[in-house]
This record gives sequence, structure tokens and C-alpha cells, in this order.
Amino acid sequence: MAMAEVMTLAEAVSSLVKDGDMIALEGFTHLIPFAAGHEIIRQGRRDLTLVRMTPDVLYDQMIGAGCARKLIFSWGGNPGVGSLHRLRDAVEHEWPRPLEIEEHSHAGMAARYVAGASGLPFGVLRGYSGTSFADYTDTIAEIICPFTGERLTAVPALRPDVGVIHAQQADRHGNIGLWGIQGVQKEAVLSADRSIVTVEEIVDVLDSRVTVTLPSWIVSAIAVVPGGAHPSYAHGYSERDNGFYVAWEEIARDRETFSTWADENILRRQSAGVS
Amino acid sequence: MNEPSADEIMTVVAARELRDRVVCFVGIGLPSTAANLARRMHAPNAVLVYESGTIGAKPTRPPLSIGDGELADTADAVVSVPEIFSYWLQAGRVDVGFLGAAQVDRFGNINTTVVGDYRKPKVRLPGAGGAPEIAASAKETFIMLRQSSRAFVSELDFCTSVGNHQGGDSRDMLGMTGGGPSVIITDIGVLRPEPGTREFVLTALHPGRTEAEAVAATGWPLRISENLTATEQPTEAELSALRALKAGVT
Repeated sequence: MAMAEVMTLAEAVSSLVKDGDMIALEGFTHLIPFAAGHEIIRQGRRDLTLVRMTPDVLYDQMIGAGCARKLIFSWGGNPGVGSLHRLRDAVEHEWPRPLEIEEHSHAGMAARYVAGASGLPFGVLRGYSGTSFADYTDTIAEIICPFTGERLTAVPALRPDVGVIHAQQADRHGNIGLWGIQGVQKEAVLSADRSIVTVEEIVDVLDSRVTVTLPSWIVSAIAVVPGGAHPSYAHGYSERDNGFYVAWEEIARDRETFSTWADENILRRQSAGVS
Repeated sequence: MNEPSADEIMTVVAARELRDRVVCFVGIGLPSTAANLARRMHAPNAVLVYESGTIGAKPTRPPLSIGDGELADTADAVVSVPEIFSYWLQAGRVDVGFLGAAQVDRFGNINTTVVGDYRKPKVRLPGAGGAPEIAASAKETFIMLRQSSRAFVSELDFCTSVGNHQGGDSRDMLGMTGGGPSVIITDIGVLRPEPGTREFVLTALHPGRTEAEAVAATGWPLRISENLTATEQPTEAELSALRALKAGVT
């Protein structure tokens, strides 16, 4: 077993994320790995299959920057604000390139991550029956329970090449600790072949508020990136920048405004984090 | 105090539907505001569950997103997303699922996915989130949205979340464990399913609203209940609580 290696964010992305990979950047409103996503944009990764339950502003940026070939998701909006204009432009007008979508519900995505993390070929849930999903999404199938005869729904495991999350802390041994809203942070790492975790800081002993711990030997790379979740937040370290989410509506509405913003705020910026 | 706006009346009426000690799985936006108003008024022990895994959240103001830090800070328990959907929702521990919608049909089926053709959409909406399984597994579902002929349609462009399906006992045939939608609250009135057909009919009109307005704002031939009632005007206490909630005053 290999221990997690502490490296810069730039090194982590360049050594672990390849063109054409399936990658999952997770964080359910909380602990979204924005800095890591920006580094992926900066390094010009292409043809990615992006997986995320709630592709919000971060995936809007990655899609608008042309990183994605396909999106697997269950809710694509700017929470409390409105639409994702870059996602919509890609789906409705194929700009900057066509985007294939594979659409599920939250419960379906959660079941797919759990199956992936468990090494099972599929997850099972009560769901989707009577809806229109199966007409357009081929990763939904009816299954009969062999014990009760009930009709249930099977969804295939998600096995991303790379899982990427932000967390509050790593300790000196590389064990990851996080608290607050947990989302599918654990499943995003455990279902993936490789993983990158950005953290606010490295500490001697993990905080007593930690509710989810990922042992060092399950994580590939750790990068110290204080504020790496902004405009999302890290409970105990920062507040959600609701003002930025509201402002994104205007930035993303127009292709040119978006491109100018991305140029100034991502492409021409130095890699984030501690080197 | 100023006269209540249409949205305020809708929110107050929706809040009145929630009884104390109810376990309510809340969608963001209008449902979240209504549920938090209920908690400040007659339902102080209502348990608010958000899909971010926060159970028993007690926010001081309507959260912008389902993942605002205050939800976690004030919750009785914070669990992972797989757990909230499997152990809590799917297992039947939620009394009321409280949902918004972009489109709804006469049987309370909901579209939050797309307007127009799925592959060449006129408007691409955010999609499902937790709604399909909330609609499937909550013991009953409340739906809340502004009434217009664009939203109240004869046929959905996409069925995201199943309500009473095609009416009658068709929902029961789908093997769902939850009871389905029991009320639609709008800015014009209240609709409830007719026993037997389970088609939604107008059962109450808000102050100053007319049957003709409700019919004109519905894309199917809306039927009016024989027992149509008039909504009680929001009280000063309800209105001041709602306005304080939105202003973040505790």
C-alpha cells in the first residue's frame, strides 16, 4: 500500500489527470474543489467525461473552457440563482463544443457511486419507474428482486479514473479529515482509480470535529490549497461566497464575458496552493 | 402592514399545510421558505430534511442553497448523500416531500428537466436533483408553484417526478411506496386530487382571485370542486413572521 503523496496542485493534476479521463470533482455545495478544477482548465485537459451530482458553477467553467466531452449528472443549476449558461450553451448550441449528457437523479447517482466504491457492478434503488429518464438514459434498467419479486431499478457503478475533492485537513501521515456537509466525498475517492485531495492545511492531529476520515493509503495525492473551495466553502475555515454565485449569472450569460473572465481569473493566474 | 403579495399568500397557505412534528423533505426556494415559516408559526417541532444530508435543520433565514453552512450548524444530524436517500427517504421515514416544479400536469406529475424536445431543448432546466425519489417515497407530496398556462400543462415535455401518474390506481401499479401528491398550492388557489380519478381540481381560491383566472392559468380544462372554499387572508402574525424570516431576523 502506498501512502498519499503531498505535492503541488499543478504536479498532482499533471501526473494524475489525462486527456479523455473520466473524472469526478465532488462536493455537495460544500467543499467543492474549485482550485483543482481551475488547474485542470489551466493545464488544457480535453475530452474529459465529467461526473458530478450537482454540476454547478465549477463545471459551468470547465464546460465553457472546452474541457468536457460528456457530462454525467443529476442536477445542473446555480443553486438558488438559476441556470448554468455555459452548460446550456453547450447542450443547446454545442458551444464551445458538443456535450453529451447522461442524466440521472440524485438517488441514482448516489447508488452508482456506492456501487463503484463497493466494487459491485451495479447499484439498486426504488426509483425512475414512470419517469421519462429511461427513454434518454441507457444506464437505467429494471430489475426483479430474486427474493421478493419486487420490480426495482439497477444503475451501473461509477468508476472514475480520478476522484477529486477538497477537505479541511490532512495530518502528517496524510490521513484526510473533513466535517460539515459530507455529500459523496468519500464515495468519489473510493470509487475512483486515482484521487486528488486538496486541503486547507496540514495539521499534527485531525480536528475533533472531523466526521469523515479517509486513510492516507487510499488517497493518491494531497495538495495544500487554502481557500481551494472558493466560492464554495470549507466548514470552520470559510463561508460560502453567495455573492459570487449570484454574480456568476451575469458573467456566464455571455460567451465573451465568460471568456474574458476565464482568461483573467484562471488561464493567466498562477497555479493555486502551497508549493 | 402592507397588503400581502401573491407570493406571500402562496407561501403562507403552503406553510399552513404542514402540521407540527411532521418530517418534511424540503426542496430549495419557495418550499423551503414555506417550511421555515411553518416552523416559526404553528409547527415549531417540524423536522426539516434537506438533500444535502442535514436532518432537523433550523436555519434563521431561507438558505440560498441546500448546502449552506447554517443548515449543517443547526441540524440534529448531518449524514452523507447516499445515506439521506437510502436510510431516510427510501426507507419511508419522510412524511411530506415538499417540491417546486417548472411544469405540472393534471395528475401532479412534475417536469424540472427540459422544455421542448429533450435532445433539442427550448429551455434546458436544472434537472432532477432529489425530486424523483422524494415524489416516489415520501408518504405524501406537496407541490408549490406559480400558476400559469405555461406551467400547468396538458402534457409534460419530460416526466421528472411521478405524481398520480395517469390517474386512478395507475401510480400504485408502479410499485412506489409513497402516497403521491396530495396538494398543489399556487398563487391563485389550492388544488387537491379528486378521489377516484386522482385528477387535481381547484378546491380553494385565494383572496381577490376568481375561478375564471384559475381556469385561464391552467393548460388543461380545470375542474372546480363543488366544495370550493375561500382562502383565509394571511394574518398579521403570519405576514410579519414571513417578512422577518426573509429578512433574516430571528
